Amino acid sequence: MDWKRAFMVTGAIGAPFIALLAFGMTRDPRQIPSPLPGKPAPTWAHPVFAPGADAALMRTVGDTVRLADMKGKVVVLNFWASWCLACRDEHLDLSEAATQLAGKGVQVFGMLYNDKDENGVRWIADMGGQAYPSLSDPGARTAIDYGLYGVPETFVIDQRGKVAHKFIGPVTARALMAKVDSVLAAGGGASSGAPGHDSAAKVAVPTKSVP
Amino acid sequence: MRAAVRGAVRGAVRCVVLALLTVSPLSVRAQGGETVTGAVQTSPGGTTAVPIAGADSMLDRRVRSVAMRLRCPVCQGESIQESPAELAQQMKGVVREQLAAGKTEQDVLDYFLAKYGDWILLEPRAEGINLLVYWIPVIFLVIGAIVLFMTVKKWTRPRNTTSA
Repeated sequence: MDWKRAFMVTGAIGAPFIALLAFGMTRDPRQIPSPLPGKPAPTWAHPVFAPGADAALMRTVGDTVRLADMKGKVVVLNFWASWCLACRDEHLDLSEAATQLAGKGVQVFGMLYNDKDENGVRWIADMGGQAYPSLSDPGARTAIDYGLYGVPETFVIDQRGKVAHKFIGPVTARALMAKVDSVLAAGGGASSGAPGHDSAAKVAVPTKSVP
Repeated sequence: MRAAVRGAVRGAVRCVVLALLTVSPLSVRAQGGETVTGAVQTSPGGTTAVPIAGADSMLDRRVRSVAMRLRCPVCQGESIQESPAELAQQMKGVVREQLAAGKTEQDVLDYFLAKYGDWILLEPRAEGINLLVYWIPVIFLVIGAIVLFMTVKKWTRPRNTTSA
């Protein structure tokens, strides 16, 4: 048997394949690109269940908030749940960012994902308040509309109602404000940059199941 | 004496190799057949497709056919048809609502594609770079068959120079 030739043939066939697999190892399978950035944000109209603490952002409990009424403003939409641990990490950052952004006319909303309103209210109290109002999303219809696959996920919607950016996993006040500032600077005119993806390492997925 | 033994051994090897060669394409074909049925999601032996006696309306069937093609975002390689996860059930609800509202199955798939991207389809679409997924196994199979054929031919070639 000609071993030299055998090795060469095996190498020629195997090397590209191994290279392909090696490339695959460098990829994060949880990092799934969202097709939404750059597209019109799915509309929604949801009731407020937590009013928010910041005077500029406050909404009355029970009022319906419509995305359609928000044209011309930058909207930050954060999906969260009381059972989501990573949401605790970003809680203070979000409230801080919301308070600062409120001064620039930015609307920040929380959207409760697969959770009961009363759990959300209790969680907000436990966490020491939330600057912005939170809305309920019965049946997770809006979450599905936004291609959600875990919480927290945060969307920045520009003045023309397009999704400018999607944060996957907990955001920091700095990253969120930098992104919103760049959207504000673009003024809804130019397309707000390339669709962005962030570390998906800490996205929590619901573990409870329906019997 | 020794030559006779060697001849017998060579004959036996030849028989075994030829038998393997005949059988292996068959088993490959059997596997291929399995993938095809898996692909069209008829799953004859599947546990999920068992209809509740008499309660299987046309809509149920259409919902199932769409739900089986969609990946559950919070599961590992499960369709929203199979998964008991809350989000999967809610997505199935969306599928049902949209179909009931008169949308076609393709419309519903397109809706989820627009929200989640190609990733939401359990079976990658056979176009563009995805074609690699479909063709690499076939290409490797052909290469393997050629190598095997050539090797066996070499092994079983009667040698005229007998080393004593």
